[in-house]
Amino acid sequence: MDVIEKQLNASPNNKKYFITVFVIILLLFLWSLSTIQLEDMGVNGWQIATSIMEGIISPDVELLFNVTSDGVLSLLVETISIAFLGTLIGSILAIPLAFLSAANIVPKPIASLTKLLLIAIRTIPALVYGLMLIRVTGAGAFAGVLTIALISIGMLSKLLADAIENLDTSVLESMTSIGCTTIEKIRFGILPQLFSIFLSIIIYRFDMNLREASVLGLVGAGGIGAPLIFAMNSYRWTEVGAILIGLMILILAVELFSNRIRTKLVRG
Amino acid sequence: MYDKILPPKKISLPNGKVVFEKKSRVPFVVILVIAATIISVHATNFDMSVLVKRWNEFFFIIGDMIPPKWEYYAHIWQPLLETIKMSLLGSILGSIAAIPAAYFAASNMMKQKWIVFIAKLLLSILRTIPTLVVALIATFIFGLGTLAGTVAIFLFTIAYVGKLLYEQIEDADMGSFEAMESLGMTRLQAFRYSIFPQVLPNYLSTSLFCFEGNVRYSAILGYVGAGGIGLLIKESLGWRDYASVGMILLMLIITVFIIEKISEHFRKKLI
Repeated sequence: MDVIEKQLNASPNNKKYFITVFVIILLLFLWSLSTIQLEDMGVNGWQIATSIMEGIISPDVELLFNVTSDGVLSLLVETISIAFLGTLIGSILAIPLAFLSAANIVPKPIASLTKLLLIAIRTIPALVYGLMLIRVTGAGAFAGVLTIALISIGMLSKLLADAIENLDTSVLESMTSIGCTTIEKIRFGILPQLFSIFLSIIIYRFDMNLREASVLGLVGAGGIGAPLIFAMNSYRWTEVGAILIGLMILILAVELFSNRIRTKLVRG
Repeated sequence: MYDKILPPKKISLPNGKVVFEKKSRVPFVVILVIAATIISVHATNFDMSVLVKRWNEFFFIIGDMIPPKWEYYAHIWQPLLETIKMSLLGSILGSIAAIPAAYFAASNMMKQKWIVFIAKLLLSILRTIPTLVVALIATFIFGLGTLAGTVAIFLFTIAYVGKLLYEQIEDADMGSFEAMESLGMTRLQAFRYSIFPQVLPNYLSTSLFCFEGNVRYSAILGYVGAGGIGLLIKESLGWRDYASVGMILLMLIITVFIIEKISEHFRKKLI
């Protein structure tokens, strides 16, 4: 028995564990397979799929570059505006909640209670908020802004709270030892640590909110979603293609931009 | 560019050295954000006075949801289970399909640049289209029902897990891969025995995380007719039966909470 073989035998043998996990996943898979009913499939599905593809390949160029209020460009501006304003309001609301749910700032019961509230806020689907807020503001982009603000709170607060909990306290100790006051400690010890992380999280959320904002039109809360769905329901695939292409370019551009800023922020 | 408009401040140190302090970019960013806010307020008709006057309407509906209609749970079980099944199936299949997708999109595995480019482009396009829109398109192709929702979740999972996985593959340590290749293994074999074990824990954790998110997403997919509990939400909201909506949301929150806790437990173990 040489060295290599000894090493091989010394490695932990958790085959049983792997097999159990594998079997569980396989059982879950088989269980979930029962939900698919293939007979629901439409006969003309293939035909629709090809016409969608054709629409995306040959989009309605006129609509895509139209600058009036019905054109894709102005709809995209509205969608970005909804996402931007929603993220802004959401982050303002999320910051106090984040401090309330950070276990090293407030007592534990309060922190876990706030966390529970945040899970509840996060789980309610965006469209439900949209429908509820339309009652407040009437249909339109305004409702979309409020919806985005509300749904951002859940995730933003959670990530911000994680950042607060991971705060490096040794900096604060050293500041105390050289005689800094509490205000100075917050200004020079805590804020610089949190600011770039907060900003990077908020920009990330903006990225996600853009996607959310593009479907809110489904319930009448503004943005590009409504025209997209109308076009789809009336089988105007070239229009669908134009809107989808506009949306894809916008989301990819914003993602590229936000990734660049975030890497800059994280590296300092 | 910015430094040319506002030249950096010159500071002469006592020892004669000259250093430059770059002007802060904060004013520029602040102006940009304020301008964007003004444009957005204009574009979305944001009106604070409406909000102040009518914000309690929102809580009026929440007030209607409490107490929820407890006996409604008998109707919720089936769609809720369907929702979980949909997201489970979509997540499992999607995570499996993400492995080859990520292999083709990783620039250190695929030598042909154009394959890498196309694979990355496809993954990006899949990721940008909102899941709800994919679900809507899927209902046209596969008909109303859970199949459309499963397809939507499947595609989203490929895009999400695929992207994170190819990033991890590109960051993986190539030493053992090269050693195995030099022993005469094919690239695929070397991938299987050197790169895959490296990325496996992260891959499983990403897949679990994606599954968590998918349960949340799939709850709303029914809204466009793609199966699951969303249809029930839509109907109850349409009837203004807010007590039932409250019950649905309560059960949804509990389910998501349980799934999140289970997945969190395993993810902590993995990393």
